[in-house]
Amino acid sequence: MVRITTFEGVTVIATESLSKRFPRVTALDRLSVDIGPGVTGLVGANGAGKSTLIKILLGLSPATEGRAEVLGLDVAAEGAAIRERVGYMPEHDCLPPDVSATEFVVHMARMSGLPPAAARERTADTLRHVGLYEERYRPIGGYSTGMKQRVKLAQALVHDPQLVFLDEPTNGLDPVGRDEMLGLIRRIHTDFGISVLVTSHLLGELERTCDHVVVIDGGKLLRSSSTTDFTQTTTTLAVEVTDSDTHPDGTRAVRDALHARGVDTHAEAGGLPGAGHILLLTATGEETYDLVRDVVADLGLGLVRMEQRRHHISEVFTGSDEQRKEAVGHGG
Amino acid sequence: MAVDQPTPAMAGADQSRIHDIGYRGYDGPRLGRAYARRSLYSQSLRGAYGLGRSVKSKVLPMLLFAVMCVPAAIMVAVAVATKAHELPVSYTRYAIIMQAVISLYVASQAPQAVSRDLRFKTVPLYFSRPIETADYVRAKFAALASALFVLTAAPLLVMYAGALLSKMGFAHQTKEFAQGLVSVALLSLLFAGIGLVIAAFTPRRGFGIAAVIAVLTISYGAVSTLQAIAYTQDSTGAIPWIGLFSPITLIDGVQSAFLGGSSAFPGGVGPSHGEGAVYVLIVLGLIAACYGLLNRRYQKVGL
Repeated sequence: MVRITTFEGVTVIATESLSKRFPRVTALDRLSVDIGPGVTGLVGANGAGKSTLIKILLGLSPATEGRAEVLGLDVAAEGAAIRERVGYMPEHDCLPPDVSATEFVVHMARMSGLPPAAARERTADTLRHVGLYEERYRPIGGYSTGMKQRVKLAQALVHDPQLVFLDEPTNGLDPVGRDEMLGLIRRIHTDFGISVLVTSHLLGELERTCDHVVVIDGGKLLRSSSTTDFTQTTTTLAVEVTDSDTHPDGTRAVRDALHARGVDTHAEAGGLPGAGHILLLTATGEETYDLVRDVVADLGLGLVRMEQRRHHISEVFTGSDEQRKEAVGHGG
Repeated sequence: MAVDQPTPAMAGADQSRIHDIGYRGYDGPRLGRAYARRSLYSQSLRGAYGLGRSVKSKVLPMLLFAVMCVPAAIMVAVAVATKAHELPVSYTRYAIIMQAVISLYVASQAPQAVSRDLRFKTVPLYFSRPIETADYVRAKFAALASALFVLTAAPLLVMYAGALLSKMGFAHQTKEFAQGLVSVALLSLLFAGIGLVIAAFTPRRGFGIAAVIAVLTISYGAVSTLQAIAYTQDSTGAIPWIGLFSPITLIDGVQSAFLGGSSAFPGGVGPSHGEGAVYVLIVLGLIAACYGLLNRRYQKVGL
């Protein structure tokens, strides 16, 4: 059993040997994890057990074995009390097309127990916070995917929960929409004071948003740690430089210079166009960035890019190759 | 109210610019399950007449409501003008005569009550809130039954008002009116249950409408044909038993046995009291079965 240190000493979600077995599959396998306040990412390939975990935490599906608490309430006995205090944004579409966002969210607020006047007021507030303005009076059927995701988020926040479960909120969004959604998720905690459990099959997009990341696979806990741990230990830097007259092959010159200073580099794998011109190196901290900058400047080359590479879920696997392959296959 | 919007006057007095007031929490009352169930009930009941929905969805229910009431109004007008001592159609017969309109209403509104939530997968949003499966089913069932009761009781009310205006016997009219109300209440529950069960198993609204119409009209068509055959072959004993197999003849049987109605069965051969008891049991059993089936259906839908 893996015990995880909670942060700030408070636990929002705690599970203990939580298992869920269906006749053919084991969706969760003795999962024990403690999650504190803040934004927590729940990462796993499709079918890793993320949605099953959320269902159990909402008190809607009994666990086969083990126990879980949400906000200090037992999921098996106090499901209704939990559901009054948490919000849920499903992965799939869940919006009727023929009503306006305002009408829909007001109705959902009343379903959470808010009196009519408060429901209308909270709806106006919440829709404004998620970034829906004049269009909120139009039928949802005409909305873009990004706007629909915002309505789904609004209905999860309208009753001012203490915790929200967001199931794959960036699904189907373009890169800009993705960034906006991630920024919004960050604000849910920093500005609204609501803790967030957000699932994704992409570790990369969560590490910028989350304080803490929990990785599960095949219903088992693979890793649970704060995001700073993640980035400190595994950040990979990609560096690309220009060539100059004195250094016809700038990439090689930088590599040699870095080797001379004891930094290992490796070429980009995958055979993408221009792959040979990108150097990958492991950043051990602030000083690595400074070192690269100095080396490039000393050689008189132009630094085209220096960026953190997104982590792929496979990077956190420590197990066999098979497991890794599977994760790559699903995680794409 | 715990969260108050700052009034424009206050904001204007202190500063002339609009500020983003940031996020405000909610610490007002949370009214819980019973309130949520009531809210769902009233939203669904209003929805059954297109209120709170688009203009387009108001047309059919309102039209059917008018079609239900107009014949009653005409009858009353004629009865008042001719100073008749009795209404041309009894309270209990009215719904039987208008059954096509009622069936159309069930077929159009039962799918809108439940199929939409299933088709657009809104159901998980309900169940991630304090209400439970049974609350959802009860609210939807009660809403459609109430909507049907409004549809079927309104013309009876028109008839009753007209009867009193033309000074027909008060005691007699009140008794028959009350019997009529009991009959349409049973009819509302039964039709709502059947309509909702069919609709809950057909997420596509079009299929739901067709299936409800098919079940209600085909069963009635088959039963009345068989009854007619039985009548021509002089086996009148079989007629009441055949009547058990369609919703509208079930209601007809119950009211002709216990609610002073005249039977619309061929030759007016209504069930006896003993047979009528079977009718009542089957009607109540069907209503309970529909409720049970709906609950089971939504247990599975879950999240």
